[in-house]
Amino acid sequence: MRPVLKRVRRHLLTAFALLALAYLLLPIAVVVLFSFNDPAGRFNYTWQGFTLDHWLDPFGVPGLSEAMSNSIRIAVIAALAATLLGTLIALALVRYAFRGRGATNLFIYLPMTTPEVVMGASLLTLFLNLGVATGFGTIVLAHIMFNISFVVVTVRARLVGFDRHLEEAAMDLGANEWQTFTRVTLPLIAPGVLAGALLAFALSIDDFVITVFNAGATITFPLYVYGAARVGVPPQVNVLGTMIFMAAAGLMLATILVQNRRAKGAT
Amino acid sequence: MRFLHRHKGLIPYLLLAPGLAFLALFFVVPSYYLAHTSLQEGSVSVGYTFAWAWSNYTDAISAYHEQFTRSLVYAGVATALAFCISYPLAYWIAFRGGRWKSLLLLLVIAPFFVTYLIRTLAWQTILADEGLVVSVLTTLGIVEEGGRLLATSTAVVAGITYNFLPFMALPLYASLEQIDGRLIEAAEDLYASKLHAFLRVTLPLSLPGVFAGTLLTFIPAAGDFINAELLGTPRQSMIGNVIQSKFLVITDYGQAAALSFVLMAAILVAVLAYTRVLGTERLAR
Repeated sequence: MRPVLKRVRRHLLTAFALLALAYLLLPIAVVVLFSFNDPAGRFNYTWQGFTLDHWLDPFGVPGLSEAMSNSIRIAVIAALAATLLGTLIALALVRYAFRGRGATNLFIYLPMTTPEVVMGASLLTLFLNLGVATGFGTIVLAHIMFNISFVVVTVRARLVGFDRHLEEAAMDLGANEWQTFTRVTLPLIAPGVLAGALLAFALSIDDFVITVFNAGATITFPLYVYGAARVGVPPQVNVLGTMIFMAAAGLMLATILVQNRRAKGAT
Repeated sequence: MRFLHRHKGLIPYLLLAPGLAFLALFFVVPSYYLAHTSLQEGSVSVGYTFAWAWSNYTDAISAYHEQFTRSLVYAGVATALAFCISYPLAYWIAFRGGRWKSLLLLLVIAPFFVTYLIRTLAWQTILADEGLVVSVLTTLGIVEEGGRLLATSTAVVAGITYNFLPFMALPLYASLEQIDGRLIEAAEDLYASKLHAFLRVTLPLSLPGVFAGTLLTFIPAAGDFINAELLGTPRQSMIGNVIQSKFLVITDYGQAAALSFVLMAAILVAVLAYTRVLGTERLAR
């Protein structure tokens, strides 16, 4: 191929990729921008003017702080429980050969490939048929359920490269099984477990579909946004959305920087 | 501890037990109740009784086959679009990303850091009648004067494409990143054209990613109802919208459960058929 044409195509791919990235980031920019908007009426659709008011008073609309606090409490409980249950499953799947391992591996993927609307609906039929009132508790149960698989997959990915000789060495040096687990195994798998817990927290705080089926009268942050969408979303929602975005992106960025530094140190 | 020492074979089952019991109780048992409910008769006021009411299925399908078809079509188009956008992007990051790979991937998943509902509402703002996109497209004559983007199928499909795109891009990247660049060089050394090397080497090696990405995009897309609700009108409503309103607004539990079951079955059939097609294609090579 002639060099000119080659160069054009090389740049064509780059241009396309940059456009695709712009497409992915455009709505985020809109969310951030409109958190500084000073809307004239109830609807925060068109740019009216710059203000810091909503950032100075992020909970200045009724119900929003309660919804956010519900979301955070649910996410913390669900993430802790799902991390515990999921880590145990991942340990069993990676470190032991046992009958039913293949079936368990397959079963773990099922909740991840079932449409959320079906999962939410079937959980609701369970609670309806058993006469359980839906609310805070049922949301927590639902969130633990859909998070377990994600934790298993995340923790398992980190466990695969795990060197079992380290545990054997500890045992040879006189540590018992419990000491070996707490002093050797746990510190080694901790990054994977932490990653799983953070993912579970993020999925839980973002979930709308499964939550709306099992929420009863409890309002979480996504449910609040959904309710507000009909009557006009207050800019405070954009403020909180931007805060969540910055926290999550900042955490990921820090992880990448730490990994890069480690990789550099290793070479 | 001593007991465990003697029965080492039990350890994996003890580790699995709590988590699997939880999933059994809140994932498997609910499926049973969903099936049970789908065959119940009655209403919220008089109560529900189990009656092998297969009419829930026939009634639901004859009343909502349009929403069903629409869900599968929208999900299919959105999956195809997501693939067309993601493949070059993933390819570029995998082969040209260099030391910026992790950072570029972070940008790809950045939409996930904004609450699902909020990023869909952002599209509402972008596509709004008085918004920038509509005025530019009207000036260019692509959208007729007074035409709209919001409340059309285009808006709903665009929203679905956007919301599930990272599910497509990540597996594609993962499979492209693993490809040994020397294989592509070898093909070119053996006088394959760039296009030929891509079609015969790169694309087949990335098929596992294509497979995973399309499934991870199609499944949630087919069950979605947020995009149709926030970016469309009842004329764009999908099967998820029907299930949601029947469960939570109209409380017609029997039909709602029947529809959920049919949705699950339809997705399963689509996935199996797809697996067969892509599976045999890979075997043929």
